[in-house]
Amino acid sequence: MRSVEEIREISTRIKRDVIQLTSSNTGHPGGALGAADIIAELYFNRMNHDPKNPNREDRDRFVLSNGHICAALYSAMARSGYFELDELYTFRKINSRLQGHPSRKDLPGIETSSGPLGQGLSVANGIALANRLKGIDARIYCLVGDGEIQEGQIWEAVMTSAHYKLDRLALIISWNDIQIDGNVKDVMNIEPIADKFKAFGWNTIEIDGHDLHQIRAAFDAFEQHRGSPTAIIARTVIGKGVSFMENKAIWHGKAPSAEEAKKALEEIGPSQFGEDLNC
Amino acid sequence: MGMSGRDGFGRALLELGQENERVVALCADLTESVRVQDFAEKYPERFFQIGIAEQDMIGTAAGMALAGYIPFATTYAVFAAQRANEQIRLAACYNQANVKIVVSHAGLTCGEDGATHQALEDIASMRVMPHMTVIVPADANEAYEATKAIAEMEGPAYLRVGRTPVANVTEGKGKFEIGKARKMRDGKDVTLIACGIMVEMALKASEMLAEEGIEAAVINMHTIKPLDEETIIKQAKETGCIVTAEEHSIIGGLGGAVAEVVAEHQPVPVIRVGTKDTFGESGPPEELLQKYGLTALDIVKAAKKAVDLKKQ
Ligand SMILES: Cc1ncc(C[n+]2csc(CCOP(=O)(O)OP(=O)(O)O)c2C)c(N)n1
Repeated sequence: MRSVEEIREISTRIKRDVIQLTSSNTGHPGGALGAADIIAELYFNRMNHDPKNPNREDRDRFVLSNGHICAALYSAMARSGYFELDELYTFRKINSRLQGHPSRKDLPGIETSSGPLGQGLSVANGIALANRLKGIDARIYCLVGDGEIQEGQIWEAVMTSAHYKLDRLALIISWNDIQIDGNVKDVMNIEPIADKFKAFGWNTIEIDGHDLHQIRAAFDAFEQHRGSPTAIIARTVIGKGVSFMENKAIWHGKAPSAEEAKKALEEIGPSQFGEDLNC
Repeated sequence: MGMSGRDGFGRALLELGQENERVVALCADLTESVRVQDFAEKYPERFFQIGIAEQDMIGTAAGMALAGYIPFATTYAVFAAQRANEQIRLAACYNQANVKIVVSHAGLTCGEDGATHQALEDIASMRVMPHMTVIVPADANEAYEATKAIAEMEGPAYLRVGRTPVANVTEGKGKFEIGKARKMRDGKDVTLIACGIMVEMALKASEMLAEEGIEAAVINMHTIKPLDEETIIKQAKETGCIVTAEEHSIIGGLGGAVAEVVAEHQPVPVIRVGTKDTFGESGPPEELLQKYGLTALDIVKAAKKAVDLKKQ
């Protein structure tokens, strides 16, 4: 069990990695910064997983549905021991295991390939059903973007999770109100989110997705809950921690220049956890 | 470097907005990327943002078409041809609805986003649909012309435009006509039939071949369906062997289509250049084209092989 303070250092480290990686190798910094707090808690405090044995059958699993934010996931995986830090430098380059969107066949520890939005929850449901059939009591955490839940398949899967009472499954919605073409509300409104999930028979928890205490409490509540799947609706900020990136759709998929990266790292601040990357 | 295919499309769509008030556009959260931005700003009442919901977008476009409009439904190739495949089949093709599906970011040149976004199977899956017209322009100019042309015709069409800037190879090469191949170069020894960015590569290859005494004809087969069978058969007769080149799997795309025609009407050797039943990966476009065998040099090698086969 790690303290909230330790998780904060780790989250800061992930954010620094995200900036360094997207700046030197291109990619999607905004959503990755916004999910760093949640991913830090999952990989470094919450999930029962074994980086040296990524296929262990009874592991808790993280299903990244919004694959474009994988810079944060790769950082968490490298920093928790799935692979050497050096490999991070290959991100989005040719012959790399760290594909621009996660590739399961390339990188052990990736539960499903993703990038094309809207498919993760279905796969998470499948894993939860298989675990139940095998008598494995493990948890599945699936992360989606808020724009992503415009996809119809999400709502088909939302029905499946509830129908089969998949109470070992948590869906985390990173609700930053930003997608590529602007504010989610303006592009295609998805609200009210919690009411929709409630109507579909889900347990819902609403939190500030950057408050590590609230994140922790939400996962605790999920673990206790029985009889229905849990949706954690996490209010997040795209580009969290970097003033010029926060709440700006442009930072969804834009690589910061060297100068912007320097400024971003200053704002994110130092981390007590691990060393800076060399890029 | 010239403009990209998507730039040519964006320019034509903007003009169509002015020329024909039945033209409407739909997009699924990729407005800038697919170059619908200018149309959306100029004709906001005729632009429909559908959000990240491509299946819904195709169905909505079909509905508008059935009610008399000419909808341009736009996204990346994977999310239209592949995610919304059955919506295209039923709502667009089976209905014979006048839906124009315009996609960018197909193929390896989609680059760093990787395999998930690099459609290498979309031409095959669109070509097989009854009533569908399938066009893969070679450059921005041809993308512009093709956009205008599909707005004129009646029925569903799939237009695959490029993401990366390419040299202008079609300007001054005659009028674009759906279903009529453009001859880019004469030659008697082998015919290179290409579409999309591979047209430029085929032209480069033909120059390299000429240095070695092999005269290659180059055909820009911008329309994959309806296919210009006449030109293919004529070229097969005249040059006795064919090489196809496309930024797509060698299965089922341009190469497949040409091989079908040649096998049935004028059997001669056909060598297909394209990806070999594999997914792509992340990387800079140039490096990917090299790794997956889609360069001018690969076409040259294929052409020599085809000429050898012809002699046997
Ligand atoms: C099916 C599909 N359609 C379109 C895209 C292109 N795309 C990538 S990310 C994105 C926006 C995602 O918005 P959101 O889920 O809110 O994520 P955030 O911007 O918050 O990171 C889009 C449209 C895609 N990856 N998959």
